[in-house]
Amino acid sequence: MLSVVFSRPDRWRFFRKHTFLEIEQIGINSLPIVALMSAFMGAVIALQTASSMESPLLPDYTVGFITQSSTILEFSPTIISLILAGKVGSNVASEIGTKRVTEQIDALEIMGVNSLNFLVLPKITAALVFFPVLVIFSMALSMFGGWLALLVSNLTTTEIYILGIRSFFNPFHITYALTKTLVFGFLIVSISSFYGYYVKGGSLDVGKASTQAVVSSSVAILIANFILTQLMLLS
Amino acid sequence: MIEVKSLSKSFNGQKVLFEIDHVFEEGKVNLIIGQSGQGKSVLAKCIVGLYEADAGQILFDKRNFSDMDRSERSHIRQEIGMLFQGAALFDSMTVEQNITFPLQMFTNMTKAEIQARADFCLDRVNLAGRNKLMPSECSGGMQKRVGIARAISMNPRYLFCDEPNSGLDPKTSIVIDKLIQDITQEYKITTVVITHDMNSVMEIGDHILFIHQGKKWWEGDSHSIINASNPEIESFVYASSFMKEIRTQLQKKAL
Repeated sequence: MLSVVFSRPDRWRFFRKHTFLEIEQIGINSLPIVALMSAFMGAVIALQTASSMESPLLPDYTVGFITQSSTILEFSPTIISLILAGKVGSNVASEIGTKRVTEQIDALEIMGVNSLNFLVLPKITAALVFFPVLVIFSMALSMFGGWLALLVSNLTTTEIYILGIRSFFNPFHITYALTKTLVFGFLIVSISSFYGYYVKGGSLDVGKASTQAVVSSSVAILIANFILTQLMLLS
Repeated sequence: MIEVKSLSKSFNGQKVLFEIDHVFEEGKVNLIIGQSGQGKSVLAKCIVGLYEADAGQILFDKRNFSDMDRSERSHIRQEIGMLFQGAALFDSMTVEQNITFPLQMFTNMTKAEIQARADFCLDRVNLAGRNKLMPSECSGGMQKRVGIARAISMNPRYLFCDEPNSGLDPKTSIVIDKLIQDITQEYKITTVVITHDMNSVMEIGDHILFIHQGKKWWEGDSHSIINASNPEIESFVYASSFMKEIRTQLQKKAL
């Protein structure tokens, strides 16, 4: 399947147009849910960390440091990708699946269009281009949410929180997070496209394929997360 | 002309087509008829390459489609127009975009030429001025006509219609049948229609292939099918009480 997906598009003009449409569909339209999740999760991480800080030996900036490292290492790339697997994965599988059961894919094939390439490549490209943007946006909002929660609760000051965020900052963690995001984005779109493209039957089967796509994408993300962490952080 | 030679197809070990040999003639409406589940659609889908045949050859004007790779097949497919059972219009595109899609994809025509071609095709199926409608805003008959307009937009040499009258009222069915017949004769194309509608058989059946249990059972034209003595064909043709009544009247007249 992938070798057909990654063949040269029949018309670059169509490919560009569809890629921008997909960036809007699966990327920009996901901004509200990513923003909401990130701000609240960042706030909760900061509050939970602050509530656990009982030892006087721990410096005050620890809350900021833990919020920063949790967000960059795990929350933004992995949890946001799991959320996107639900939103984007079901959308992709049901869209392609509906085209399959209504014979629109057969119509493309009859015309001589490489339907896999035409339908799937713009989605994969859009995910690879825009998912990192979403994750960086999520990181910023999560740390902002943490700051706001601590400030409102009067648990720390802005200076100490920023000191914590900057402490022990390792730029490689950003590379690690973005690498994970790219892999997760590819997995979400390709797995969901597979389930949609090869669906057989009617609308009920499209619904089942959509559910399977979300479950399989989520499991694949968890496994890939484990493997990438082993490879990038521990080796 | 499309030639099918010893075409066989099975699914999961169950054979659905048994060594079909047939010639679909140019400039004629060639019908594939038979009861549901006998292999009509599978045969058509094998011919256009949506299903890969297990054995046999398919020749489009002597060009062996069966031995071609994906890119070679793509060239032949640009000469094929197909009307699907449910029209299969692209639901995110307008009527006009559906028609212009293959032109934009495979030709180097200018915008003005593409627009003119879309208007011509819509006019040809009596839908002039409906360019901006979405498929969801069209009735079943309109969707079928847009499907025909899209199928003829590339000036095809071969036209396939999968049950073009399913879900349509008798009057609209006649309009669609007439349109298919006119287009076939006007452009001298090879048209293959899959149907089990006896009205279509009698109205437009220039050359008929009857499929039964995955085998070529009978071939002929709309006049000879009425008098065919084969019991399977009789039970198909005279399945409705209306057709039985016609047969009784004809027999009375003959006496």
